[in-house]
Amino acid sequence: MMRPKKLTQNLDWPTVLLYFLMVGLGWMNVYAAVYSPDHVINIFSWDINSGKQLAWIGTGVVLMIMILVIDHKAYDSLAYLIYGFMILLLLATLVLADPVKGSRSWLVLGPVRLQPAEFAKFATALAVSKFLSTANLQNQNLQDHFKLVGLTLLPPLIIMMQNETGSALVFGAFLLAYFREGMSPLILIIGAVSVAIFILTLLFPKLYLVAVITVLLGLWLWANQRIFFRKWPMITLIYGLIIGMIFSVDFFVNNVLQEHQQNRIKALISPEADPRGFGWNVTQSKIAIGSGGFTGKGFLEGTQTKFDFVPEQSTDFIFCTIGEEHGWIGSVVVIALFILLLLRIVKIAERQKSVFGRTYGYCVASIIFFHFLVNVGMTIGLAPVVGIPLPFFSYGGSSLWSFTILLFILLSIDSNRKMDLTR
Amino acid sequence: MKYLEDRKYVIQAIFLAVAAVYALKLFYIQVIDNSYKLAAENNAIQKIIQYPFRGLIYDRDGRLLVQNMPVYDLMIVPKEAKNPDTLHFCKVFNIPLEEFREKMKTAKAYSYVKPSPFLTRLSTQEFASIQEYLSDFPGFYINARTVRGYTHQSLAHALGYIGEISPAKLENPKYSKYLPGEYLGISGIESEYEQFLMGKRGVKYKMVNVRGIDKGPFRDGEYDTLSVAGQNLVSTIDLELQQYGEKLMKGKIGSVVAIEPSTGEILSYVSAPGYDPNLLTGKEFGKNYLALQRDSLKTLFNRPIMASYPPGSIFKLVQALISMQDGVITANTGFPCNQKLIKCSHGHETPSNLRIAIKHSCNPYFYQLFRNQINQGKSRNTFIDSRIGLDNWNKHILTFGFGTKLGIDLPNEKKGIIPTSKLYDKYYGENRWKYSNFYSVSIGQGELGTTPLQMANLMAIIANRGFYFTPHIVRSVGENGKPLPKYQVKHYTSVDQKHFEPVIDAMDDVVAKGTGFYAKLAHVGITVCGKTGTSENPHGDDHAVFVAFAPRENPKIAIAVYVENAGFGGVSAAPLASLMIEKYLTDTISAPRKRWEDWVLAGNFKPKKKKR
Repeated sequence: MMRPKKLTQNLDWPTVLLYFLMVGLGWMNVYAAVYSPDHVINIFSWDINSGKQLAWIGTGVVLMIMILVIDHKAYDSLAYLIYGFMILLLLATLVLADPVKGSRSWLVLGPVRLQPAEFAKFATALAVSKFLSTANLQNQNLQDHFKLVGLTLLPPLIIMMQNETGSALVFGAFLLAYFREGMSPLILIIGAVSVAIFILTLLFPKLYLVAVITVLLGLWLWANQRIFFRKWPMITLIYGLIIGMIFSVDFFVNNVLQEHQQNRIKALISPEADPRGFGWNVTQSKIAIGSGGFTGKGFLEGTQTKFDFVPEQSTDFIFCTIGEEHGWIGSVVVIALFILLLLRIVKIAERQKSVFGRTYGYCVASIIFFHFLVNVGMTIGLAPVVGIPLPFFSYGGSSLWSFTILLFILLSIDSNRKMDLTR
Repeated sequence: MKYLEDRKYVIQAIFLAVAAVYALKLFYIQVIDNSYKLAAENNAIQKIIQYPFRGLIYDRDGRLLVQNMPVYDLMIVPKEAKNPDTLHFCKVFNIPLEEFREKMKTAKAYSYVKPSPFLTRLSTQEFASIQEYLSDFPGFYINARTVRGYTHQSLAHALGYIGEISPAKLENPKYSKYLPGEYLGISGIESEYEQFLMGKRGVKYKMVNVRGIDKGPFRDGEYDTLSVAGQNLVSTIDLELQQYGEKLMKGKIGSVVAIEPSTGEILSYVSAPGYDPNLLTGKEFGKNYLALQRDSLKTLFNRPIMASYPPGSIFKLVQALISMQDGVITANTGFPCNQKLIKCSHGHETPSNLRIAIKHSCNPYFYQLFRNQINQGKSRNTFIDSRIGLDNWNKHILTFGFGTKLGIDLPNEKKGIIPTSKLYDKYYGENRWKYSNFYSVSIGQGELGTTPLQMANLMAIIANRGFYFTPHIVRSVGENGKPLPKYQVKHYTSVDQKHFEPVIDAMDDVVAKGTGFYAKLAHVGITVCGKTGTSENPHGDDHAVFVAFAPRENPKIAIAVYVENAGFGGVSAAPLASLMIEKYLTDTISAPRKRWEDWVLAGNFKPKKKKR
C-alpha cells in the first residue's frame, strides 16, 4: 500500500542511526549489568536480560516497520481512538494486574509482561497533538484549556492509582511541548521557581531563606521604586505566596508524600544520613559511577555494578554500568547521543507543516528529555530516585517498545511531510 | 506566529544546559572526587587474612614442647545446604536430631549465605571417618585450622597459652595490627615471644558481591601475599628434668627453679600445683580456665617469678659476701653466739669463723655481722650512720639482682622487696630509725621478699663466683639461631671473686655435715653446695627452702626449691633439690636414694622445729 522506495528516501536516517546506536549500546550494557565473571553466560542467552532484550529489540524492529508501513494519516485520524483504548487498558490493568512490588501496573499476556503505562505516553502525545491541531492555546477559550488539561491529566491519574508515580510524573513533560505551542512561559517559570524554592527549603534553614528573599526583594524595589508604587498589590501577593510555600514544604513532605517518597526526597538532599537505608540506591549508584574515573574500568570489568551493589542494575540504574565501565568519556558520549537525538527531533518537529506533526514531535522530545533528565539525574544524585527507565538503554520490553513506537510514529509522519504539502 | 518559533531556542537551550550540568557533575564525581573510588574498593574487595603457622617450641635437646594440632571445623552455608538428608547426616556425624535442628537454626540466624561453623574441633580421626560422606551434603565443607597441642603435660606456666585477643587490647595502639577474633599469646613464652611466633600474616584479596558472597580472587591474586610461618623457638628447658621436677612437686605447693650457672639458661621451671597445658588449648578453654582461676590453690599463679617470700637463712650468704667485700669481716671473724641479741634455737659449736656460722646458720653471728655492716661509724649520729650503712648495703644488694626484676623472658616477673632508707623513712620518719629497727633483715626476715627465681640466680652467682647471666627460658629464635644477645651479658656483683670461696666452703659443709645433710650426693661423686632456709609464714606453717649448686667445681646446675607449708627446708626441700641435681647430672637416681625419692613423692613433711 505504501511506496517502499519513497519511504527509504524520505526516512530521517540520522535519527534511525542514533536509535540503533543507542539500542545497541544499551544492549551491551544490559549484558554488562548482569554479567558475572565466575559464571559467564553468552550475551545471547535467553536466561539473562541481554538475551531477552535482544528479543525485544528484534520485535521492536518489526513494530517499527509496521509503524512506517501504515498510512501516516492513520495516526492523525485515529489519535483519539488510540487514546481511548489506552485509557481502557490502564483501567483494565488496575483491575487485572497482580501487584508487583506494591505496584499494580503489569499486564501478563502469556510469556509477555507489559506495562500499559509505558504505552499511554505515545497515545497521550497523539491525542494532545490532535487536540492542539484543532484548538489554539493562545485564544482565550477557557473550555479548550480545560479539555487539554483533562486529556493530559487523565492517564497519569490512573497510573498514580497503579502506584507508578514515576511514570505519572512523565506527563508533566508535555508542558514543554505546550510552551512551544503558545502556552504562557509564566507557567514554566512558576514551575521552575516552585521546584527551586522546594529544594532550597530542604537544603537551608527557612528563616535564612526568608531573610535572603526579603533583602533581595527590598534591594530590587529600592532600585525600581516606580514599579513598587504601580504594582505593589501583585508584588505583595507574590512575596506572600513564596513565604507561604517555604513554610508549607514541611507539611507537604510529611503529610502529602508517602513514606517511600519522603525517603527519596531525603536521599536526594543527604544520602549520607542513612547510606544503608533510604540513601542506599543513591550512594551505591554514585560510588559505581564515581569509581569509573575518566576512562572507566573497561567493558565487563566493573565491580560495583557486577556484584549487585547497585539495585535495578539493568533497568533503571543502567547508567551506573555505563559510568563505571566506560568512565566520564562513556557517560558524556551517552549524554551527547541523547542531546543529538533531542536536537534532531526538535529539527524534525520544526520542519513539519502540520500543527499535529509539530506538536507530536515536541511531545516526543519532551518525553525523552524528561526520562533522560530524571533517570541520569537520579544516578548521580541530582534528582530524586524515580523509577523510570533510560530510553533505549534500560532493559525492558515495554519501555523499549513504547519508545520505539513513540519515535517511529514521528518518523512516519515526518517521511510523509512532503506529501502533506502537496495535499 | 513567528515569535513562537523562536521558543525552540529556549527548549534547545534547556536541553543543552541539562547536558552541561550533568557532564560537569559527572566530571566531578568521576575524575575529581576520589572518595568514590575508595568506597568502591571497600565495597567489592574483601581482604582475607591468611593466618600463618605459629612457631613451634623445642626443649634444649630438640624435644617438641609446643606444636600445632590440626583440627577440623565443619562449616555450613545454609543457602547451599538445601534439604540435606537429615537422618543420614545425623548418623554419619553421630549427633542427635535435635542438635542438628538447633545448629541449623543457629547457622541460619547468623547468615543464610555466609559460612558459619556447624561442628567445631573435629579430630583427625573424626575427620577421616566423615570425609567420604561430605559429598552427600552440599553446603557443608571442612575448614582446617590449627590449635596449640602438647605431647606432654608439663611446663604450662612457662609456656603460657594463646587465646582470642581481648576487646581491651584491641583498643590499645600496641595491638593495632590485630583484628577482632585473632589469637595471640596471652601468657608465658607464647606472650613474650609473640612477635616471633606469630609469623607474618598473608593477605588475600577476593571480590565479593553485596551479600558478601565470594566472587573469586581480585585481579587473579596479583596483590595477594603469602603467609610466612612463625619462627620456631628453642627453649633452655630440659623436658626430662622438668617432668621429673613436676613429678616430685606433685601434691605440693611451691617452686623449683634450676639454672645452668655458666649461661643463665633455665633448666627447669616448676610452679606447683601445675596444670596440663592441653587444658587451655581450645574447645574447653573457657570452662577449664574458669576452673583453674577459681581453685583455692591458685594454680594459675606463676610462683617462681611472682611469689615473693622472705629469704630466711639463705640470705646470710649474701650478708656474709657483702660484709667481706666491705671489710667488715674476714672469713676468720668470729662473733659470740649471744642468744640475748636474737634467738638461736640450736646449741652448736661457737661460731669462731664465718664457715662455722653459716654451717650452723647462727642467728646471733649474723645479727652482729649486719650491725657492723650497717653501723660502720661513718657518722657520729647513729641514725645518720644507719642510713649511710643501709644505702651502701643497698648498692651491693642490687648487684645480686634482689629488689629488682632480673629480666627473665616471661611476663609478670615480680621485683620482690629490699628495705631502703626511703621505706624506713616512711615507716618511722626521716632519720628516726636505726639498726635495731630492722635487725631481722640480717637473718633474711623482716622487710624482705625474694622470688624463687632470684634465689636460684643467687646460687648461680655463687657457683660462678661473682657474676650471673640473666636467667632466661628461650635460648634462641630458630633451631639454629644464635643465643639471644641480651642473655650473653655477664652481670658482675659488687663482691670480688676471692670472697666467694669461704662461703662455698661453708655451703659444702652445710650439705656434707650440716642442715642440708639430706641433699648429700657424695656417694655418686658429686659435691653439692647448699643452704637450707625457712621462710616465715604469718598465715600458717613456714615454707621450706633449699638452695644449692653442684658440682662444687665447674658447677652445672644451680637450684632453688620452695615447698610451701613444709616447715624446715632440710627435710623436704633439700632432698628434693638433690634428686633434681642427681637426675640432671647423672640422668638417673641411684639405688640408695630411691627412698628419698619415695619420701619426697609421699610428701608427708611434718613441720619440724624451726631453724633460722
